[in-house]
Amino acid sequence: MSVIALFFYLFATITVASAFMVIAARNPVHSVLFLILAFFNASGLFMLMGAEFLALILIVVYVGAVAVLFLFVVMMLDVDFAELREGFLQYLPIGGIIAAIMAIELVLVLGSYSLDAETARVAVQPIPDMAETSNIKALGDLLYTRYIFFFQLAGMVLLVAMVGAIVLTLSHRPDVKRQNIADQVARDPNDAVTLRGVKSGEGI
Amino acid sequence: MFESEFFQTYVVPPLWMLGQSVLLLVVLLIGVAYILYADRKIFAAVQMRRGPNVVGPWGLLQSFADLTKFVLKEPIVPAGANKGVFLMAPLVAGVLALSAWAVVPIADGWAVADPNLGLLFVFAISSLEVYGIIMGGWASNSKYPFLAALRSAAQMVSYEVSIGFVIITVLLCVGSLNLTDVVNAQRDGLGTMMGAPNSLLDWHWLALFPMFIVFFISAIAETNRPPFDLPEAESELVAGHMVEYSSTPFLLFFLGEFVAICLMCALTTLLFLGGWLPPVDIAPFNWIHGSVWFVLKGLLVFFCMAMVRSIVPRYRYDQLMRLGWKVFLPLSLFMVFLTAFVLQLMGWA
Repeated sequence: MSVIALFFYLFATITVASAFMVIAARNPVHSVLFLILAFFNASGLFMLMGAEFLALILIVVYVGAVAVLFLFVVMMLDVDFAELREGFLQYLPIGGIIAAIMAIELVLVLGSYSLDAETARVAVQPIPDMAETSNIKALGDLLYTRYIFFFQLAGMVLLVAMVGAIVLTLSHRPDVKRQNIADQVARDPNDAVTLRGVKSGEGI
Repeated sequence: MFESEFFQTYVVPPLWMLGQSVLLLVVLLIGVAYILYADRKIFAAVQMRRGPNVVGPWGLLQSFADLTKFVLKEPIVPAGANKGVFLMAPLVAGVLALSAWAVVPIADGWAVADPNLGLLFVFAISSLEVYGIIMGGWASNSKYPFLAALRSAAQMVSYEVSIGFVIITVLLCVGSLNLTDVVNAQRDGLGTMMGAPNSLLDWHWLALFPMFIVFFISAIAETNRPPFDLPEAESELVAGHMVEYSSTPFLLFFLGEFVAICLMCALTTLLFLGGWLPPVDIAPFNWIHGSVWFVLKGLLVFFCMAMVRSIVPRYRYDQLMRLGWKVFLPLSLFMVFLTAFVLQLMGWA
C-alpha cells in the first residue's frame, strides 16, 4: 500500500501545483500546457483508484481533443497580457474574498460528508466486484440500462449544439467557386478532350 | 533479504520490466533505422533512382551515418523562440511515440505490459502525438512552423475520430480492448465458419473490410505521412514544424515520426491482420515463431504505406478535411451500427 500512497501524493502534488500554475503562468500558452499536465496527473489519480477506463477516456477526450483545440485558439490570440494584468492588485481583495468564501463552504459541506456504509448494498444497481467484471462493462450496464434516457438526452443536447454551431457558421456565397468531387470523378475524357489530326502549315 | 516480500513485489518486477523495455527500445531503434532505409530505397526505386548506396554495402549503414551527423552538429535555438517549450516539443514527440510500444504484443505474451485496456492506451497515446508538433510549431516563433502547427492540430483531431470508430467496430467483434484478446479473437472467423482451417480468411481485414481501408488511410493521415504530410509540406511550408530545428532535437522529431509510423503498422497488424498468427495454421507455417509473422505483416503494411507515399500526390487541405469528415466519419459511424446490428442479429455478440 505504501507505494500506492507514494504515487497518490506524487500525482496529487503535481495536479495541485500545475493547477496553480495555470492561473499563475504569465504566458497563456504555458497556462494551457500546465492545464494538460494537470489533466494527466488527474488521470493518474483515476488509474490509482482502479478506474482505468475513465483515466484513459480523460486523456483521449480532454487532452487529445479538447485541450488541442483550446491550445489552437489560445495560440492564435494576440492579446497584450501585461495590460490585462494591470488591474490585478485592484481586484485582488474582492477576488480573494470570493475564493475564501467558496473554500470555507466546500470545507463545511465536504468535511462532514461521509458515504453511508449501507449505500453500496442498498444502491439501485449494486457495485459489481471488479474481479469479475471490467470497468467498461460496469459503466455500460449502468449507463445503457438505468440511465439510458439521461444518456440519450445528453446526446441530443450535444447534437443540437453541434447543429447550432454549423448553422451559425455555414454560409453559401454564390460568388465562390466550389469543387464538386462527384462531377470531377464522373468526367469522361471523350467529352473533355478531342484529338485532331492537324496538318502542318494549315491549322484548324 | 532477497526473499522478503518487499523485494519480490517492488524491486524484482520493475528491474525485469526495465530489462524488457531496454531490449524493446534497442530492437525498435535498429528496426527504425532500417525502416527509414527501406522507405528511401522504395521511394527511390519507384522514381528509378538508386537511393542511398554509398555508406556501407548497398548503403545499409546510411541511417547510422545520419544519426552520427545529427548528434554531432550544433543545436541552434532561435533568438525569439520560447526556449523551454522549444526544447520540450521534440522530447514529447519522441517519448510519446516510444511509450505506446510498451503494450504492443509482438508474439503471444511478448509485451512489456499487457493491460486490459491496451488498445485504448495506444489510442490515447497516439492522440497525444499532435502535441509535439503544436508545441514545436508555436515555440519556434516563426511563420511556417506556426502554420504547420495549426494544420496538424486540425488534421490529427479529424482523423482520430475515424480511428476511434474503427477501434469501436473491432471492440464490438472482440468484446475486449486487450491487444492479446484482439489477436486471439482472429483465430476463428469467417474462414472457419465456411469450413476452412484457421487461416488468413479469419482475420478482421476480411470481416471488417471497409474499416481496414479506413484505418489504413487514417493511420497515414494521423502520422503525417505523404500524401497527407501537410504539416511539413516542402512545397508550401519548407519543412513545416521542423524548420527551426537542427541537430538532436530534429533527430528526435524525425525518430518520433518514424516510431509512430511503425506503431501504426503494428496496430494495423494487430487489429486486422491477425498479429502473430500464421497465415494458414498448417505444418510448415505454424513452425515459424509468431514474432516473425508479426514483423513480416508489419513490413507488408509499411511497404503499402511507402508505395502510397511514392505514388499518390499530396492532398489539398480542404480535400483532406472533406475526406475525414464527409467520407470517413459517416462511413465508420454506419459501420459501427451495421457491425452491432449483425452481431446482435446472428447472436455472435
